[in-house]
Amino acid sequence: MISVKNIYKNFGSLQVLKGVSCEVQKGEKVVIIGPSGSGKSTLLRCMNLLEIPTYGEIWLEDKLLTPIDPYLHFEVIRLSNTYRAAYQVLKEKNPELSDQEIDAEVIRDIKANDLLKKNEGKEYKQEIKRLFKQSYIDINLARQKVGMVFQHFNLFNNLTVLKNLTLAPVMLKLKTQEEATQKAMELLERIGLADKANAYPATLSGGQKQRIAIVRALAMEPQVMLFDEPTSALDPEMVGEVLELMKEVANEGMTMVIVTHEMGFAKEVSDRIVFVDEGVIKEENNPKDFFENPKDERLKEFLSKVL
Amino acid sequence: MSFKNFVFRWNLFWEDATQPVYMDKLAEGLRNTFLIAAIGFCIGFLLGTILAIFKLLPKNSKLGKTLSTVADVYVAIFRGTPMVVQLLVAYYVLLPLFGLKAPALTVAEIMFGLNSAAYVCEIMRSGILSVDPGQMEAGRSMGLNYIQTMFRIVFPQAIKNILPTLGNELITLVKETSVVSLVGATDLFCAFQYIGNNNYEYMIPYLMMALIYIAVIIILTLIIKLLERRLRASDKR
Repeated sequence: MISVKNIYKNFGSLQVLKGVSCEVQKGEKVVIIGPSGSGKSTLLRCMNLLEIPTYGEIWLEDKLLTPIDPYLHFEVIRLSNTYRAAYQVLKEKNPELSDQEIDAEVIRDIKANDLLKKNEGKEYKQEIKRLFKQSYIDINLARQKVGMVFQHFNLFNNLTVLKNLTLAPVMLKLKTQEEATQKAMELLERIGLADKANAYPATLSGGQKQRIAIVRALAMEPQVMLFDEPTSALDPEMVGEVLELMKEVANEGMTMVIVTHEMGFAKEVSDRIVFVDEGVIKEENNPKDFFENPKDERLKEFLSKVL
Repeated sequence: MSFKNFVFRWNLFWEDATQPVYMDKLAEGLRNTFLIAAIGFCIGFLLGTILAIFKLLPKNSKLGKTLSTVADVYVAIFRGTPMVVQLLVAYYVLLPLFGLKAPALTVAEIMFGLNSAAYVCEIMRSGILSVDPGQMEAGRSMGLNYIQTMFRIVFPQAIKNILPTLGNELITLVKETSVVSLVGATDLFCAFQYIGNNNYEYMIPYLMMALIYIAVIIILTLIIKLLERRLRASDKR
């Protein structure tokens, strides 16, 4: 469903993500945990390009969201001037090596030392263009399929609850106003907030806001849902109702990626837990093994503090 | 000054002011003051909003950088010179230079608009920046594009935040119209001066002028307050 391929993210000189790759299968529930500042939120936000990765690629099914990263495509590297020159040099130096060995060595060297330049010749440029054209999808189109729930809810403050749910589907011409309203009322009915349809977000409690934010994302009928610490800004007594709704959504088979500090929830709902620390994935496992016998030292330390 | 003297002067003024020719002049002055302020504000609002968006465009593209520089230069020029100077330069320098002819009133309306745009640009920018970036992110995350989110979500909230400051700008504009007589347009100031010139008696005309300005501004303030209350509907808890 979503493939993250070797992404790096720099904010100025600060490296937040340093080569992260992961896959989320259809229907899978993946929980991302990690200490604060580890890059877990950035990783999640990269998945719908709210943060644009500095290097690397993000794929949504077979569609590419980012530009082509040449380092991920050997056939592209082989077309570059740098590769050709290095290949010749190496071949003259070590005539005993086979073609494959030279090829592997040169590619390894180019990848390790970031040797590709801006201008690498016409063929190289054309190949990148071709690959890009073949699989690129407009980001706004892609985002329609990826729902996002934020830590601070981010309900549209100037619109009523009902309008919050219907605005995007109607504006993007996915539904007519009537269809959208009907769907929205169904969703509000389901979370027991139909009576708040004409209220403004400012009148709601945190738990209500977050549940509405979740159904707002559902109103778009997305294929994946991303949750960015959905319960971190809530009063403790409101956490339960939000987690309950998320479990319901999970049980319906929605593909979910969740950044959270709720370990109990992670254990119960997830198919896989990813531990991010210092901008890399340190460990990745099913919830049982993840909690019962963690291998990474940093993860052991982390778990001993939070459990 | 004795009361008697004051009454005498008042009668002098009243006699003039109630003559049809002066009444017309006053009506024209009041109308022009309104026109210049209103049209100027409309131009200023539209252009200022566009300039504010230019300034807020992401700086990583060449287009964004260029447009932002354009806005910067514009604001520097129009905020860096007095309104009167801009009006005089437009009317007495630029018009003849390009061989154009335009009525003083039109020139005044446009110049007030262009001047106001520089201020509205900065007001608008602060308004947009005052809206939680999460609002933009939420809109974008649902597949709305930048413009759609800007106009449907961010703008209404920004306007609400900056309405008092925008009101300020409109009021300043109304008061500043008093300089347009320098290029020969008739405004409120000009009309009262015209009456005073009749018998070189300026006390009452200027007093009345001040009162009318105050009255106009008070009415404007009330309208702004009403508008503000309506826009604040979504804030009620």
